Parts: sequence; structure tokens; C-alpha cells
Amino acid sequence: MRWGEIIKRLVLVPPTLFGVAVIVFVLLRVVPGDPIAMMIPPGASEADITRLRALYGLDQPILQQFATWLGQVASGDLGRSISVRQGVLDLLLARLPATIELALLATVIAVVLGVLVALAGILLRGRRAEWAVDGGVGALLAIPDFLWALILLLLFGVLIPWLPISGRVDPQIDIDLRSNFYLLESLLTGRFDTASALLHHMFLPALALALPFAALVARILKASLADAEDQDYAQIARARGYSRPAILLHEVFPNALIPTVALGGVQLTLLLGGTVLVERIFSYEGIGNMAIDAVINRDFPLIQGLVLTFAVLFIALNLAVDLVVALLDPRLRHG
Amino acid sequence: MNATLTVEGLKVAIGAANVLRGVSLEVQPGEVRGLVGESGAGKSMLGRAVLGLLPANATITSGQIAFEGRDLLAMTETERRGLLGRRIALIPQDPMTSLNPVKRIGAQIGNLLRHHLGLPKRAALTRAAELLTEVAIREPERVLALYPHEISGGMRQRVLIAMAFACDPALVIADEPTTALDVTVQRQVLQLVERLRLRHGSAILFVTHDLGVVAKICRSMSVLHAGRVLEEGETADVLVRPRHAYTRALLAATPRADRPADALRPVPPALIEQLWSEAHRLDRAGEARPA
Repeated sequence: MRWGEIIKRLVLVPPTLFGVAVIVFVLLRVVPGDPIAMMIPPGASEADITRLRALYGLDQPILQQFATWLGQVASGDLGRSISVRQGVLDLLLARLPATIELALLATVIAVVLGVLVALAGILLRGRRAEWAVDGGVGALLAIPDFLWALILLLLFGVLIPWLPISGRVDPQIDIDLRSNFYLLESLLTGRFDTASALLHHMFLPALALALPFAALVARILKASLADAEDQDYAQIARARGYSRPAILLHEVFPNALIPTVALGGVQLTLLLGGTVLVERIFSYEGIGNMAIDAVINRDFPLIQGLVLTFAVLFIALNLAVDLVVALLDPRLRHG
Repeated sequence: MNATLTVEGLKVAIGAANVLRGVSLEVQPGEVRGLVGESGAGKSMLGRAVLGLLPANATITSGQIAFEGRDLLAMTETERRGLLGRRIALIPQDPMTSLNPVKRIGAQIGNLLRHHLGLPKRAALTRAAELLTEVAIREPERVLALYPHEISGGMRQRVLIAMAFACDPALVIADEPTTALDVTVQRQVLQLVERLRLRHGSAILFVTHDLGVVAKICRSMSVLHAGRVLEEGETADVLVRPRHAYTRALLAATPRADRPADALRPVPPALIEQLWSEAHRLDRAGEARPA
């Protein structure tokens, strides 16, 4: 991908986000229920409600509200959460690292698992055991991440209590870290006991997110490997006396990686979306979990901030995928 | 002295269908043998059988393939891999799909040299540049750093030819190497193959449907139809005094500069019909009397 292409994509980011902002803003206000209704005690007077609505600016026309909010966002202020009574940006910055770390760990697990299964599948190609691999992958794929979360929670949290099932880290542990990227920072600064405690907590939710994605990676990669192995250049490599494992690794794999990253990379957005329910199930303190609270409380500013954050993540992810694909495929690199 | 390649009574079947019905031929050291036939005659299948590249659903039902007197079919996988690419090489048919699209030319030639000759990385690249010079590629160092999509089809075919001769093979199987090329490039490629053959002292089994190509570079030839060798001999003899009706028909169907175009005669359908029914009769005879 050339620089011009990248710049074109970056230029399109603000209009995309604007579109997202309009849709969310309008939807939230069309759907019945508002934050005031959620926060007033029973028996509050009509006058109190009107005062509260005025306090949060909800008495103004939607267009006016939108203009005010957009002005704030443009100057880097996402407003104040109504239910938590803190700045939305601060809340996001505190919680987002937890979700990013969880998604990263899930991706690592999924890629390792997916690649291993795909390689096993391709080595068994044409034998009866190939069906077992394909079937297993299909079963993994058929169960969604939140269901895996419940299954894993029952299996390894309740029936065989190996791992903690709640939170990001034990409350007793004193986290003395400068950033909110607990795992990355503790790994980089060599505090492995902290990292290990974090990983214990993250493993089950990450695995729940990873399993369907691993199945997806395995399926795409195996099909791509099979396709590439049938190409002339791979056949001719056999006529040059290379062994099949060598051909799969050196000739076929680099080619199969291209469609796998292109198709699988985009599906990472599904994994990010999956964090909402999975974080909730494991009471993991990320933005997904926060999103559910925000929706329950009709916390308009927080929901808007969260949706914008997810939109930025999705856009960044898609751009990153395209860049990596261009890096892997010389035919795209030179335009 | 052993023949470079000896194929004897080779029968290959794909499922229930026979594709080779007892093919025998020999290639002597340094000889260029043409293997001629129309599509579906089984000529590529023979080359693939020698290289161990038969499709997964194809089986060799009987016959022998020997390379320099050693039985290729009885060899272990490791032994055969030691020969392939080094002593027995392939010039593939389609230069557009025969190079790995994501690897630089230098890496593709270099890997081959390192794998078979054990050259260190640097020396392999130097040798690769020499090989490219041999196939008349200018600025070889620059080409080594390019990807296949960055060079023309004719250039890719040269790279593939260079790779085929890289380890001084005793036998090169050329699988219709000129079919996918422009007529103008074809001639150059043929001359190139001939020059490299002489320099590296290789024999060539030249698979083609083009009698004109055979006349240009093959000393001897075998005519294949429906998986059978119908006629073989010195190219000059076969082309001047064809004994088999099918060879005569093929010749009459080949355009020549010294004949008007309306003298071209298609191979008579009745003859094709007769040849196929012979082939099927052979198949039934084979079934009746189990080998």
C-alpha cells in the first residue's frame, strides 16, 4: 500500500466517526428511557425532574444537544458520565487498557492455536484424521464466545476450581504500576509475580474469546494452505526434491498467510465486540463491562464515548490489517 | 553404459481410467528426445511419473522407471528427493504460475543451490547471478532482488530454465516449456535450452505437441497417443518416412513454410476413433488376463 492510499484512508476517518456519532446520538434519544428516569428516587417531584433534566442539558432540542456535545468532543472533552459522575475520557483511559490487553492475549492464544490446528490439518490432508480436525474446528466455531465463557467458568472455576473467575487481579495484591496496561508494564519491568497473577485472571476470559477465533483462523489458514499447496510453484518445489514439511513451511505458508490475515484480521473486530459479554461474565474491569452498565443506566455521554472508542478501534484495526497484508504480499506493496 | 532414463511398460491409471497403457522409451546421456502427442495423450503424465508428481488419485499399476540404471519407483523417498532438482530437473509449462509469488528470484534460486549443493548464502547468490547471465538476463544482480510479478513471462521462463540447469542435471524434463510463450520468444527459449544442455551435458525429455519444435531440437522422438507409443525413432527418419498412419496425419496437420495453408489436413476422426478403440481393446485384454 502506498503512502497516498494510507493518507486517503486517514482522511476518511473523521467523516466516518462523525457518521457514527450522529447515529448513536439520535438512536439514544429515540429509544425510550433516559438517564434521569434511572437516577431519581421514587416519589421525586415533577419540578425536581425538570431541574435535573435542565442540569444535564436534556431539556434542549436534540440538534442543540448534538452541537454542544460535538463542540466538546472536537476539543477533546467527551463530557461527564451521568451515572459514575466522572469524566468520560478518564473512565475510558482507565478501562480501555484492560480490554486491549485482554483482546491481545486472546488474539495470541487464538493465533497460536489456530496455526497449530491448521498445520495439523494440512499434514493429515487426504487421510481420515483430516475429518476429525475439520469437525473439531466446526464445533469450536459453532459455539459463541459468551457460551464458551460460561462453559469455562463452570469447568475451571466451579467444578475444578483451578483459576480465578472474577476481576482483573486479586484485591489483596498491591498494584504499583504507572500505566493501566498492567500486564504489559509488569512484563516489561520484570515484575513476573504480578504478571502471573494478572494472567491467571485473564486466562479464562481470554480463552473464551480466543476459541471461536482460533477455529476461524484454523479454518481460513487450512483452506489457504490447501489452495496454495495445489499451485504450480508448490508442485514444482516437490520436483526440486524439497520435503513436504519444508515446502509447506517455506513455499506454501507465506502465501497462505495473505488471505488468512486479510480475512481473519477483519474478524478481530468480532473478538473486540465479544469482550462486552465476556468481560461481564468474568466481572473483568474493561470497557466492555462498563458498556453494559452505561446502557442499563442510560448514561448518554458514557455510551457515546464508548461507541466512539469502539469505532476508532475498528477503524484502526482495519487499517492495520490492510497494512500487514501489503507487507506480506509483494504484489500489493508496489501498487 | 546405462541409459539416462529407461521407462518400461509403464501403466498409469486415474481411478478406473487408464492414462498410460504400457509406455516404453529410453533417453541416452546427452540425447534430446521429443515426446509428441495431442492433449490427453498422456505425455505430461509420463513426465510427472518420472518426477514423482502424479496426482494423488493416480496410481502406477505396472512398469518400471529407471534413472541411470537405478529403479526410481523402488527408491526410498529420501533417495528420490536427493535426485530430484539435482540430477533430474524440470522446466515447467507455465512460467506465470511456476515461481513463488512472494519470494524474490534470488531467494528461489539461492534456496535450490543451498539445498542441493550446500552452498553458503553468499556463494549461492553469486552463483545465482552467474546462472542468470547464462540465460542471457542482463543486470542479474538487479533481477535477483525482484519478485516474479516484476519481470516478464519470457524472463520468468529463463529464470526457470536457469533453475533447471543449476545443479548440472543428467536429465531435464521440459514440459511444453514454449507453449505458454509468445511465438517470438519461443525461438529464443529453444536456443537457450539447447545451449544450456550442451554446456551442462544434460539429456532432455522434451514434452510437446508441436512437431515444429521437435524438428528443431530433438534428435529422436516418440509419438504418443491414448497412453501408447505409436512410433519412435530418429527425428529425421520419423518426420521424413513416418511409418504409422497417426504420425502421417499429424504431419499433414502441421503448418509448414513450404506448403500453402490450404494444404493442411486435420487428423481424420475415423483414425482417432480407430486408435481409441484399439486402446480400449487393450484395456479389456489386460483385465481378462490379470497381470
